[in-house]
Amino acid sequence: MDWFLQQLINGLALGAIYALIALGYTMVYGVLRFINFAHADVLMLGAFAAYYLAPSVAKVFGPSTVPTALTVMVLSAVICAVIGMLIEFLAYRPLRHRPRLTVLITAIGVSLFIEYTGQHEKVFGAATKAFPTLLPQKEIIVGALRCSSNDLVVVGFTAVLLAAMWYIVQRTKVGMAMRAVSFNEQAASLMGVNVNAIISFTFAIGSALAAIGGIFFAMRAPGIEPLMGVQPGLRAFIAAVLGGIGNLPGAALGGVVLGLIETFFGGMPGLSDYRDAIAFALLILILLFRPAGLLGKMQTEKV
Amino acid sequence: MLEIRDLHVNYGAISALHGISLRVPQGQIVTLIGANGAGKSTTLRAVSGLVKPRSGLINLEGEEIAGMAPHTIVGRGLAQSPEGRMVFANLTVMENLRMGAYLRKDKANFAKDLDYVFCIFPRLKEREWQAAGTLSGGEQQMLAIGRALMSKPKLLMLDEPSLGIAPLLVKTIFEKIVEINKELGLTILLVEQNANLALEVSHYGYVLETGKIILENTSAELRVNEKVRAAYLGG
Ligand SMILES: Nc1ncnc2c1ncn2[C@@H]1O[C@H](COP(=O)(O)OP(=O)(O)OP(=O)(O)O)[C@@H](O)[C@H]1O
Ligand SMILES: [Mg+2]
Repeated sequence: MDWFLQQLINGLALGAIYALIALGYTMVYGVLRFINFAHADVLMLGAFAAYYLAPSVAKVFGPSTVPTALTVMVLSAVICAVIGMLIEFLAYRPLRHRPRLTVLITAIGVSLFIEYTGQHEKVFGAATKAFPTLLPQKEIIVGALRCSSNDLVVVGFTAVLLAAMWYIVQRTKVGMAMRAVSFNEQAASLMGVNVNAIISFTFAIGSALAAIGGIFFAMRAPGIEPLMGVQPGLRAFIAAVLGGIGNLPGAALGGVVLGLIETFFGGMPGLSDYRDAIAFALLILILLFRPAGLLGKMQTEKV
Repeated sequence: MLEIRDLHVNYGAISALHGISLRVPQGQIVTLIGANGAGKSTTLRAVSGLVKPRSGLINLEGEEIAGMAPHTIVGRGLAQSPEGRMVFANLTVMENLRMGAYLRKDKANFAKDLDYVFCIFPRLKEREWQAAGTLSGGEQQMLAIGRALMSKPKLLMLDEPSLGIAPLLVKTIFEKIVEINKELGLTILLVEQNANLALEVSHYGYVLETGKIILENTSAELRVNEKVRAAYLGG
């Protein structure tokens, strides 16, 4: 039972991180119908932004305090939002009305560009760097149960962000415009929606969430390096597909499911080496029975 | 209100419009009729900015709008109910109407116009919270027109409001179009396959054939014109 609870908390924290990243994949897919492979690298840039910002911010608010952590996260999110908008503007917008495959390959190109530029010694360098302690880390022990306070922070903070995202998309005017653009770009422009601005906004939000996800991931990882985004990026992408690509609650659910699977199987003696195989087998199974994902709707549009 | 002069539109190498000119005077219903592929929708798409004209002038209330982005043109007072309706299936009826009013700032008048739309299309009021994708074809057409009205346009362009709708409902929708024109004094450019109905409700008509205007006259005259009768009114 304790083991179960322990894994549950671990899995939720990991799943929360995947969920944050998955939102970016699914939102961009929603408006542009392609997978932004560079998203994985934006989360890495978020972690690096935090790495470089932390010492200066710590001088103001003190090392590993809540204001420091919050300031670093907000600044990194803003930096990544700008980077996300730039990627869209420079790489994807000129290809807007080209075949999806062209855009997809460009996305892979952008991703490789960021990864290998980052590995250059004059940029970040390929070596793993120790991520600064942003928050005072406490071990919380209840009976035989131990969990890190960071995991609880990750889960709580993510829940707030997901709720905020839901509010933005479902209850605000810009969110309504995002949904309209996602359904039909031309019809949205006939309502007076500046489609380019909405797409930029989508990239900004998605990238900001990725930055937070990247920082959370770095807090749990041994260190950061320019390829660190690849693995969680892939998982988050799978989470988005699992939940139903283009569907926001689906991405969140997919992330949590994937995080739980990974920690539960990873935690079982003898099975840990197979956790990815199991996760992917499950994904294939689910998609066989629900091709549109857990919460995805089958297309039933009237024409 | 609207004046188009020598408009040319190409799709790649295909020329869809080769030099059309037309005028839509303030307060009138003007119709554009023609066979499939004549270029009726293309004309509307050029005016609303969805396609960029190759050459020609499009003047809306004294301002040249050819080549502007669609969302800018909407801000100048143009609303289009596009071919195939294109209601936002994933949004509720209410949200669709809000989308229509996207650029408007005046909160007070929003409620008034909403009431007006619900008054001419009471069906929409009943379906307020339903996803637009689950409406019937006719209801979607009402929503498309209502949504266009919500921007409080100076010029309303309707592309085949009768498409795929039962004859009885078509009659109702056309009555509403006349009502809107009369009560709000709204200028309307109407594209229709159903030439009979279109010429019945409109003041003036243009006949489009493979990208050219071949005939224009008052609607009353066009209805008794031999050529029009033979080609579009079934003899
Ligand atoms: N996106 C496009 N790409 C290439 N050709 C197009 C495109 N849209 C329209 N066309 C062509 O332009 C011509 C005019 O089309 P348009 O849609 O304006 O006709 P229409 O008069 O509205 O016909 P309908 O009554 O069938 O709606 C047609 O020959 C059509 O094939
Ligand atoms: Mg047409």
